[in-house]
Amino acid sequence: MEFILSLGIGVMTGSGVWLILRPRTYQVIIGLSLLSYAVNLFIFGVGGLKVNAPAVLRDGVDISAYTDPVPQALVLTAIVIGFATTALFLVVLLAARGLTGTDHVDGREQP
Amino acid sequence: MNLSHHLIIAPILVPLATGALLLLIDERQRTVKALVGLGSTLLLFVVALGLFRFAASIDGPEAAQQGVYLLGNWAAPFGIVLVVDRLSALMLVLTATLAIAALIFALARWHTAGAHFHSLFQFLLMGLNGAFLTGDLFNLFVFFEVMLAASYGLLLHGSGLLRVKAGLHYIAVNLAAALLFLIGVSLIYGVTGTLNMADLAVRVSTVGPEQRMLLEAGAGILGVAFLIKAGMWPLNFWLPPAYTAASAPVAGIFAIMSKVGIYVVLRLSLLVFGHDSSASSGFGLHVLLVGGLATITFGAIGVLASQALGRLAGFSVLVSSGTLLTAIGMGSAGITTGALFYLVSSTLTISAFFMLIELVERGQDAGASVLAVTMEAYGDADPDEEEQDGDLGFAMPGTMAVLGICFAACGILLAGLPPLSGFVAKFAMLSAMLNPIGGDTTATIPGYVWFVVFLVILSGLAALIAMTRSGIRTFWASMEGTEPRVLVIEVAPVFLLIAATLYLTVQAGPVMRFMDDTTRALTTPQQYIEAVFDARRAGVPGTEVQP
Repeated sequence: MEFILSLGIGVMTGSGVWLILRPRTYQVIIGLSLLSYAVNLFIFGVGGLKVNAPAVLRDGVDISAYTDPVPQALVLTAIVIGFATTALFLVVLLAARGLTGTDHVDGREQP
Repeated sequence: MNLSHHLIIAPILVPLATGALLLLIDERQRTVKALVGLGSTLLLFVVALGLFRFAASIDGPEAAQQGVYLLGNWAAPFGIVLVVDRLSALMLVLTATLAIAALIFALARWHTAGAHFHSLFQFLLMGLNGAFLTGDLFNLFVFFEVMLAASYGLLLHGSGLLRVKAGLHYIAVNLAAALLFLIGVSLIYGVTGTLNMADLAVRVSTVGPEQRMLLEAGAGILGVAFLIKAGMWPLNFWLPPAYTAASAPVAGIFAIMSKVGIYVVLRLSLLVFGHDSSASSGFGLHVLLVGGLATITFGAIGVLASQALGRLAGFSVLVSSGTLLTAIGMGSAGITTGALFYLVSSTLTISAFFMLIELVERGQDAGASVLAVTMEAYGDADPDEEEQDGDLGFAMPGTMAVLGICFAACGILLAGLPPLSGFVAKFAMLSAMLNPIGGDTTATIPGYVWFVVFLVILSGLAALIAMTRSGIRTFWASMEGTEPRVLVIEVAPVFLLIAATLYLTVQAGPVMRFMDDTTRALTTPQQYIEAVFDARRAGVPGTEVQP
């Protein structure tokens, strides 16, 4: 479980970093998306991994049977904010494509 | 728990409500929108002044508790808190001052250059105020994102090729920084199990040695996110193009955005890593010192190399950030006092300068043509606007003379020459560096302090040379440009900001005492921590009425 999660985070981070260093705006946005997935998984992981454990307290159940609810709340917020900013970035990307006529991040092709 | 206690959340709620309300008003009702936006900003200023007066009177644990606002009425480490202390109140007043100036400037013509200017402006203020008030790390992230999302929209305000290109880079850099922010916050949460800043300060000293490395890694990553915002070299290549491309009133309010990064660094480094007891005490100060010095160097070279005034202002932001980071990195209370004064003075200066540049360049070609294009694109009828505004629309007589005086004042402020507040600020910092506390004349001053003093003075010289050069070119040598038509309400905000620095100069004594109290509160965070923990919950949950 831990191995799969860390491998997933690692692969997505690696691909994301490589993609945001690429010259095409579309690659950059996919890279940022991959990075944000990786970060979301990472936040989820810092609370410790527990399988089949609820996050909400109920009376009479031992506290160790619960998973940490805070990272889940953080992930939810991070997903929403990441989604909104990515959508905004997409609009700017399209505007830049329309104004410059190229999808290079600097607005002009390398000579 | 009286009504005035709810003033603490007003700097967040007022712009939120106003921004949402403005979305509902049709874009053609410009006057209505402008009045609503202006009213909200003025109200914010009054609220900020009220909170400032309150914060300045905090003298004991009882008063400090009054400055803590429990959102959702949960006790401190579990719920989210807003905290007003001297530093946050100071930043609120500074934000509101810049906001009034930038908004009045925008009312002359810029607010018609695109859609939803006023809503975005209010949301930006909400994010800024929230970031200054919050006492919770994740909440800080949320307000950062609110601020950044609004700033993306504002940077693109007026559209045009340059802005979209600069905006693309700006957004990409800040999205990446936001991800670093999240990684840092979650690492810190993973180690300490808390997101509340006061709770964090307590728990840091109890972290075991095997976990400490993880905590410091988290703090380091978090710090990188703030330093990108603050513009520390080598994380600042995005800043000058973005600030140059932004329309003048937007750049005017952006002047405070780089200071948000500085604010958080100052707050967290003194709160969490300021104790002498903790093993991580003084964490990262060397990085701030070295990075700050590199930023000053880079900024000063950029200032000298700038052809256009806009870039000169952009690099001045970097010099200001670098000076502040260096001062924080030296980790001495006396220097921090001077740095706070410098923060206020340089932010006011740079904001005034950004707005002044647009007026000066209007007589030349570049700025005016960009403006004309955007006006055409939106089918704006400039004459109509002037008729609507009526009494506001007087052209300024003796334009070039007035602009020249403002330009000279900005130059003096940036260079740190007497008699204006830039000099007082630099003098306070340098004298604290050369006279370590106690006035012990036998103590030798370490070599690196001389280097810092040298660089700070050199950056002032660079600003002076660059400003003189461009001043001569703009005001004395250029005969071909037409005299720009400048409205009174466009010069007024510049005057307002310069007058504020004049006020700082005249009242330097009381202001310095306030900064001194601020530093004392920051370097002895015990009162802050106790206030957050001891803040009383409201009597019966659920009966609270929002102001």
